Amino acid sequence: MALDYEESKTKIVEKLTKKAKTKSKFYFSDLAKILEAKPREAKKVVNKLVEEQVLELWSSGSTSMYGLKGIGKQASAEQED
Amino acid sequence: MAKHETPMLDQLESGPWPSFVSDLKQEAANRAANPNNLEYQIPVDVVEDILGVLELSFKHGRTHWKHGGIVGVFGYGGGVIGRYCDQPEMFPGVAHFHTMRVNQPGAKFYKTDFLRNLCDLWDLRGSGITNMHGSTGDIIFLGTRTEQLEEIFYDLTHKYNQDLGGSGSNLRTPADCIGQARCEYACYDTQGLCYHLTQEYQDELHRPAFPYKFKFKFDGCPNCCVASIARADMSFIGTWRDNIGIDQEAVQAYIGGELNPNANDHGDRDWGAFDIQKEVIDLCPTECMWMEDGKLMIDDKECNRCMHCINVMPRALRIGQDRGLSILVGAKAPILDGAQMGSLLVPFVKAEDPYDEIKEVIENLWDWWMEEGKNRERLGELIKRQGFQKMLEVTGIKPMVQHVQEPRHNPYIFWKEDEVEGGFDRDINEFRKHHQR
Repeated sequence: MALDYEESKTKIVEKLTKKAKTKSKFYFSDLAKILEAKPREAKKVVNKLVEEQVLELWSSGSTSMYGLKGIGKQASAEQED
Repeated sequence: MAKHETPMLDQLESGPWPSFVSDLKQEAANRAANPNNLEYQIPVDVVEDILGVLELSFKHGRTHWKHGGIVGVFGYGGGVIGRYCDQPEMFPGVAHFHTMRVNQPGAKFYKTDFLRNLCDLWDLRGSGITNMHGSTGDIIFLGTRTEQLEEIFYDLTHKYNQDLGGSGSNLRTPADCIGQARCEYACYDTQGLCYHLTQEYQDELHRPAFPYKFKFKFDGCPNCCVASIARADMSFIGTWRDNIGIDQEAVQAYIGGELNPNANDHGDRDWGAFDIQKEVIDLCPTECMWMEDGKLMIDDKECNRCMHCINVMPRALRIGQDRGLSILVGAKAPILDGAQMGSLLVPFVKAEDPYDEIKEVIENLWDWWMEEGKNRERLGELIKRQGFQKMLEVTGIKPMVQHVQEPRHNPYIFWKEDEVEGGFDRDINEFRKHHQR
C-alpha cells in the first residue's frame, strides 16, 4: 500500500526534530524504519521531502545521509546558510 | 614566484615518474597567464592554494579538508561531493573545493571536441584540474565553489548532453570495456548493456537509498580489462558455452614463426622461437590442451576461460560462437582492508535487449540488500553474513555445480528440512535396532 505523503512527512519531521539535539544526520534505513515501510516505498516519500527541501542530503562522497534542512553544524560551518 | 613555498612537494618532482605536482604548477602558471582571456568564475589562484594546502598537510601530517558536505544540484542526491578547507583564510582559493563526477561516455569513447568542451567549461567555472578517470570510471572535476554547481550542471546537461555520475549511497556510474566496438574478444555488447542499465536505473544512480555504494561493471570477455571481478558489486563478464574456434593452419603459422605470438607485443626483444608446448599448452591452468598428429586439441568442457591461449594466438584461436555473459557478485576493493573477489551467481545468460533476465536478478538482489543490508555494508559483506545460499533463495536461482569451486571446498549449500523426505526427525529406537551406540 502506498504511503500517505502528509502523514509520512509529519512522522519524519516529528521524529527527527525530537532527536535533533543529539543527532542531525540519519541513514536512509533510519527513515524507512520511522515510516515502517519497505525501502522502495520509503524512497518515494524521502525523495519528495528532499525535493520540497524539508530534508537535505549530506554526503561524504562514499556515504549519503539525510537530515532536516538547516539542522546541525554543517550549513553554518560551510557558510552555506 | 609561487604563492606558497612548497619544498616537500617539489621533492616529489625529482623522481623518474611524471609528477602531479609539475602538472599542478603548469596549470597554476596557465591560469595566472590566462591566455584565452577567460573571466574566471572561481579564484584565479585556486591551483596555487591547492599546492599550498597540500604542503601544509604534509608538514602537519594530517588533512586540512573537512569531511563531506551538503551541496548538490537540484533533483540529484549524488554526483557532487562537498569539499571544504579548514584553513580558508590561509587558502581562500580552496575554501570551497567541491568535486563533480561526470558520467563518462560508454567505454570512455569520446572525441577530442567533447573533451575540449568539458575542459573549457571547467577552466571557466572550476579549477581546471581533472582526474581522468576516477576508479568508477567517471570524468572527475576537482574543485569548484557552491554557486557554480548549478551553472555547470546546466551547461553539461543542456549544451553537451552529458549527465553527472553517481556518488554516495547510490548506484555508481556503470563502467564498461570498449567491447564489440573494437575488440574481437567481446562476447556481448558491453556498451549496449551498460547504456541500457544506466538509463533503466537513473533513479538509483541519482537518488541515494542504498545502504552503501553499489557498482556495476561490464567486461566483454574474461580478460576483464575493467577488472569488474575484483571491484564491482555486480560484474558482467562475457563468456561462451560452446567450443573455442581453432584455425589449425594459423596454429602452424605460429609454430613456424610466420605469425608472432601475442600480436607481437613482445617483439621488442628476441625471446627465441615460439614454443607452443612451453608457452601455451603447459601454461593451461586446467591442462585441457594437447597436440595430436600436428593438430592442437582442446577439451573444451575443462576450459575455465583463462584466455591465455587466445591471447597468445589470437589469429588461431577464437572465442566460441554461443556467446553471453556470467554474472558475479560481491566484489569490493576498499582502500584500507577487506578486498574481496566476486562469486559466480549466474554462469551463463544471453545478453539480449531488453535484458529482462538480467534485470530480474539485479532487482531481486537490490530488494534483499536494501532490506537486510546494514548501513555501510556492501553486497559482498551481506552475502558473507547471511550466506550464499540465502542469496540463491532471494534471486530464485537453484544451486548448481558452477557455484562450488571444488567438492567439500566451499560447502555453503545445505539441505533444508522441507527439502528432505521425512524431515530431520527420526525414530531413534528404529535407528538403534540397526546401529549400536
